Amino acid sequence: MGQRHGTLLAVLALTGAGALGLQAQSKGSWALKDARIVRVSGPVIEHGTVVVRDGLIEAVGDANTAVPADAWVVDCKGLSVYPGLIDGLDNWGQTNSPPATPALGAGGRGGGGRAAAAATPVAAPTATTTAVATTPSRGPEDRPSNMAYLKASDQVYPNDRILETQRNGGFTSAVSFPTGNIFSGQGSVINLFGERAGDLVVEPAIGQYVTLGSGGRGGGGRGYPGSLMGVIAYIRQIYLDAGHYKLAKDIYAKHPQGLQRPAYDRTLEGVLASPRVLIPATREVEIERMLAFTKELKLNAILYGGHEAWRSADALKKAGNPVLLSLKYPERAADADPTLEEPIRTLQLREKAPSTAGALAKAGVKFAFYSDGLATPREIKAAVKKAIDAGLDPAAAVRALTLSTAEIFGVENRLGSIDKGKIANLVVADGDLFATATKVKYVFVDGAKFEPPVEDAPGGRGGRGGRGGFGGPANQ
Amino acid sequence: MALAVSAFAADPPILIQNATILTVTKGTVKGSILLQGGKIAAIGDKVMAPPGATVIDGAGKFVMPGIIDCHSHIMAEAINEGTVSVSAMVGIEDVLNPEDVAIYRALAGGVTTANILHGSANAIGGKTVVTKMRWGKSTDEMKFEGALPGIKFALGENPKRAGNAQGFGTTTTLRYPATRMGVEDVIREAFNDAKDYQNVWKLYNAKVAKGDIAIPPARDLKLDALVEVLEGKRLVHAHCYRQDEILMLIHVADDYGFKIRTFQHVLEGYKVANEIKAHGAGASTFADWWAYKMEAKDAIPYNAAIMVKKGIVTSLNSDDAELMRHLDKEAAKTLKYGNLTEDEALSLITINPAKQLMIDKRVGSLEVGKDADVLLFDGHPLSNMSKVVKVFIDGHEYFDRDHDIEGRPAKEIEKKALTGKRAGTTGGQN
Repeated sequence: MGQRHGTLLAVLALTGAGALGLQAQSKGSWALKDARIVRVSGPVIEHGTVVVRDGLIEAVGDANTAVPADAWVVDCKGLSVYPGLIDGLDNWGQTNSPPATPALGAGGRGGGGRAAAAATPVAAPTATTTAVATTPSRGPEDRPSNMAYLKASDQVYPNDRILETQRNGGFTSAVSFPTGNIFSGQGSVINLFGERAGDLVVEPAIGQYVTLGSGGRGGGGRGYPGSLMGVIAYIRQIYLDAGHYKLAKDIYAKHPQGLQRPAYDRTLEGVLASPRVLIPATREVEIERMLAFTKELKLNAILYGGHEAWRSADALKKAGNPVLLSLKYPERAADADPTLEEPIRTLQLREKAPSTAGALAKAGVKFAFYSDGLATPREIKAAVKKAIDAGLDPAAAVRALTLSTAEIFGVENRLGSIDKGKIANLVVADGDLFATATKVKYVFVDGAKFEPPVEDAPGGRGGRGGRGGFGGPANQ
Repeated sequence: MALAVSAFAADPPILIQNATILTVTKGTVKGSILLQGGKIAAIGDKVMAPPGATVIDGAGKFVMPGIIDCHSHIMAEAINEGTVSVSAMVGIEDVLNPEDVAIYRALAGGVTTANILHGSANAIGGKTVVTKMRWGKSTDEMKFEGALPGIKFALGENPKRAGNAQGFGTTTTLRYPATRMGVEDVIREAFNDAKDYQNVWKLYNAKVAKGDIAIPPARDLKLDALVEVLEGKRLVHAHCYRQDEILMLIHVADDYGFKIRTFQHVLEGYKVANEIKAHGAGASTFADWWAYKMEAKDAIPYNAAIMVKKGIVTSLNSDDAELMRHLDKEAAKTLKYGNLTEDEALSLITINPAKQLMIDKRVGSLEVGKDADVLLFDGHPLSNMSKVVKVFIDGHEYFDRDHDIEGRPAKEIEKKALTGKRAGTTGGQN
């Protein structure tokens, strides 16, 4: 860790963040002066000031904006201030990264009692990516692969190293989900810094993450559902069950005497409690299929994946469902058979995937980007740059990682733009955020200031492999 | 559906003149056929071209109804839900892919309608759907509007195989049943459950009618489908080979009061043709494809002809994307094996499968008022020298052999450009 300020050690010790390897300076008040302010919610302010106090944006305005006497002034001459980036779908914060290896010098890294407490969760929940392992299922009545009652907010680890990696690149929030099941559980909007798990959570339950996990051809004696049509039938049955469960509970509540009480079902409770449903759709046929399916089930559905959505822009606009666009573009497998002749459709998909964002913007479809397992801000930004090069307006690109994401998940009253009263999540960069040469100078999360270390060689920082993707079953 | 109809209605009328028209049900006509408003508007030796009509010279060419395949698995992105012995809750209509190139290839072979079935991994399989090969249209527009839905049953080797340790790939968990006896039991138990489920709903409805307060039973998608079978609202298509299992299923159906609509494959149908006829089932078989496993061994190429002569509504199906492209040639084999007439042979792939799927009011023959699902051949369709030249569905041209050939170089160029780009961006590592 590059510790560039004498005071920093003391700050680290105080906050107990040392064990997490942070460069946070305490909250308080800050005035970002003489900055180019990209508010996203309104026009760019070429020379202005953003005032931050106690974790919130206190004021934003032109050069005449008053700077409070007690505010630390950050000279932002030549710098641009953006709202902190929000990743629309991932599992950030849900891996318990143990403290850094002794080789980095555990003894010298702050760490009093509080640090230890922050690094070690009180009760370690089971790993969230574990699928429900039970005896093979007989059918939908067993409700296999349904953990709809989980919430990402209940299993957040402030020490997950990806939080720091992504924060250093300008990400201040994520919509993080439990994974690994057909009904994986509800996602949470989290900020990418907090001493304790609860500090990270902005909104604990924003929607159910659904996968079509067992999709594919073939029979076999493994647990139900074992095919794409099985998964679809299973999901349909679950929503029928949930509707019946609610009806049965309502009738019972009115007539508790003389009726058998309906059995409590935590999976259906989780399904009914979810305000939104995320469902995968990457190819045009999957988008068409899932639009029809979620309409049939009357779900408030968000489609994720979307690589071939450039073909479906009109249908999406008509349906009105928002789309989370994967930034992990389809690629030919590195070990693919060199003599394999690929269908023209597959070739077109690879060629055109980066142009999807531009096509959706043009059609007026609400969309946001998500990292889809890309592990470093460098890769994520390179993918956004590709979308811009393929026709997406740069301002729309910023929106697709800030305000649009916040709107899709209903937290636009707190996140996504630089407006008075919103959470002080900001990123300060020395140029256009997605330009290759641009460096992130400061990041504010909940008003806490971070100075990302100077980036090493490409791919050098971060130090973790990619995470499992969040694409549809037919990612290619 | 509404969308589809309006799209077809917009097509200008098409008049094919001077052709040999094989109506299948009304003999052969030398003359013209008019396609208008998605329907066959006129057939006769002299038909006037309405204003704006496209006139096609059919001199030396043959016209026949679109081919109907009663057993196909194309355009499905999943075939088997093989994890359970009764998978009546799943449906092929949920996983149709209207972009499957096999649709276009089937069109090129003259198929205009196909019954898309779940696989044969379980005694009672998933729901089936009748489709038209409307290449380029959406999933919804692929569906044959108004056709009764079906369900797949399977007997014999396939459904019992998952009960054996060697069965179905890497199966490590055995699944009941493992014998033909077990297959029968699974079907009987499933319909016992369905009858119980019917009763539970009857009791609930009676309670509500009396004014009692009651919690309704939970709906069960699996049993819903089986109740539809009991009520005759869903057609049963049963995969089978041997005469003993065919008789078994007839007994089960009689016991529970439902009908088998078609026996599929039914390679030993010639042995129990009287029983199949008495039950009222149809038979959908192969022309001369057998011996790929023990239970498919005792077959003869006369099977289709014998069943036709016994009065069974018989069809020839493909069960295969390749075979699907030359069903007309499969039908021609029955001229040699069984001495069927040309019309009888053509019936096996047109009006008979239409009857089996209960869509014969709409398709399956060239008659005024029926859907304009029409093929143009450059020779007699039962000759293996003839090729499909044009295919119309609902009066809209979906395949044209010349256009296809003309379009190939442009496709090659686009593909080369895309693959070239790939080689450039990956640094030639491939």
